[in-house]
Amino acid sequence: MTATTPIGVGRPARPASWPAMVGALTAQELRLAARRGENLLAQFVIPVGALIVLSALDVGGSSAGARGVDHALPASIALAVIAAALVSLGIATGYERSYGVLKRLGGSPAGTSVLVAAKTLGVVVVEAIQVVLLVAIAVVLLGWSPGPGANALLVGAGLVLGTVAFAGLGLLLAGTLRAEATLALANLLFVLALALGGIAVPLDRLPPALAAVAGALPPAALVQVLYAGLTGTGDASAALAVLAGWAVGLVVLAAWRFRWD
Amino acid sequence: MTGAPRDGEAAIVAEGLRKRYGTREVLEGVDLRVLRGELVALLGPNGAGKTTTVEILEGYRRADAGTVRVLGLDPAREGRALRPRIGLMLQGGGVDPRSTPREVLRLHARLFRDPEDPDALLEEAGLAPVAGTRYRRLSGGEQQRLGLALALLGRPELLVLDEPTAGMDPAAKQATRERIAALRAAGTTILLTTHELGDVERLADRVVVLDRGRLIATGSPSELTGGGSPRVRFRLSAPLDAAARSELAAAVAAGSRVADDGAGNRYELAGLASPPDARTVAALAAWCGERGLLIAELRVGAASLEERYLELVGRDAVA
Repeated sequence: MTATTPIGVGRPARPASWPAMVGALTAQELRLAARRGENLLAQFVIPVGALIVLSALDVGGSSAGARGVDHALPASIALAVIAAALVSLGIATGYERSYGVLKRLGGSPAGTSVLVAAKTLGVVVVEAIQVVLLVAIAVVLLGWSPGPGANALLVGAGLVLGTVAFAGLGLLLAGTLRAEATLALANLLFVLALALGGIAVPLDRLPPALAAVAGALPPAALVQVLYAGLTGTGDASAALAVLAGWAVGLVVLAAWRFRWD
Repeated sequence: MTGAPRDGEAAIVAEGLRKRYGTREVLEGVDLRVLRGELVALLGPNGAGKTTTVEILEGYRRADAGTVRVLGLDPAREGRALRPRIGLMLQGGGVDPRSTPREVLRLHARLFRDPEDPDALLEEAGLAPVAGTRYRRLSGGEQQRLGLALALLGRPELLVLDEPTAGMDPAAKQATRERIAALRAAGTTILLTTHELGDVERLADRVVVLDRGRLIATGSPSELTGGGSPRVRFRLSAPLDAAARSELAAAVAAGSRVADDGAGNRYELAGLASPPDARTVAALAAWCGERGLLIAELRVGAASLEERYLELVGRDAVA
């Protein structure tokens, strides 16, 4: 090679290792997410606000001895999952698709597997921060403690299935609609989940017909699974089955319909 | 490393490519061969199938039929091995508008073990002064230069450039052409899709023209322009009516006709039985001189690449 060889010519560079590429893209995901003020609002401010307000209003408190925070914590965690996996992931991916970012990364050494892994890891990191923050506030400020029969495995299963279901929905929107439509629809679904998904109002306080419909949808199913897991009361098997069904269905649908450009 | 295309060593071999979107067939059996070290321009009107062809070569799409080998690999099945060896410059940029050039280059550099230095690429692309500026605030030319810098991070064997000079001012266009010529001279294989036929005439070893999903012409720019009929084009100081045009044609060459080019007293002598020569020009000048008409411009010879291209794809096609 001579001194006059232009930059960009020579022995082709070798691709980085798979974990290194995932790490690089995950860091970029988190960096860009932190720059979106509306993201921080949906992912942190609103769930924390929901936890405090629902707890203060004693929404979900019952004669059976349940306190407001017993409903408020799983409800706010579910809201946080929806914000991270549906709203933030869906909107960010929709815009990346419209800007051609996905196409560029798909044609880079990273390819689609690294891209999907980085997005997944990005959501997991955000959710971990959300859960720690919400639980810490519930414990320190609201006097919450897990019920005697609390089941961490059930909580974990709920978080995984809920994340998969809402990420599937977010990617389905992002991969099939224009970015602006994804933005509008994801935000609308977030508000509907908050109002009618067993979060702001527990299912048993909704009109029976509405409760039956809401109960078959992922937001309420996620709240029910998390409630059962954190308090150790109630049977979550039906809600878990509903959540699993949505998770599988939405991921299959997203994988089938997703367009990278 | 040599700047000459290496005969027999094909960087791209595509045979019988077919692709259909719904009921619309966008590729109807396209063959394409690009030698290593060659710069090939892929031309065609919008909807000709250029983008689909390139996306199949890049591995973004699968052909319904036909075979593809890029750098000896199947892009659809061996994309993981192929992607690091290809540099893509996308027309739309493919960059998040909130990112800065430095961030994007550093991010993509981390996808390689031993990439080019992102700061050196920024410097070379003339982007150092805007390295910390958000992408959305860059000019069109700066965005294009960033696209080329991104494509070069991994020292690709094959560079795929989509409209590399679009949106650039003349000085930036010239600098980019020189950059591309230097890469080609250093042995990089380049596939160029563009509507800038000036770029093609200056840079391409070979041109491939697609139209309605079919390959309709291929050859070097000079071969393509030489394939058109020789022309005599001229601009006069005053307009000619139909009778005068007929009279002029009869005076210059029997059987020829004078076609109105449609603007500014420009005409073309068409239908010549033999290539125009000195007598043709002399006859034209004599006829005009007798009538006190000044020949303001006169051009004799082969068509330009743009004219030849329009002949091939039809003048109503948008180049």
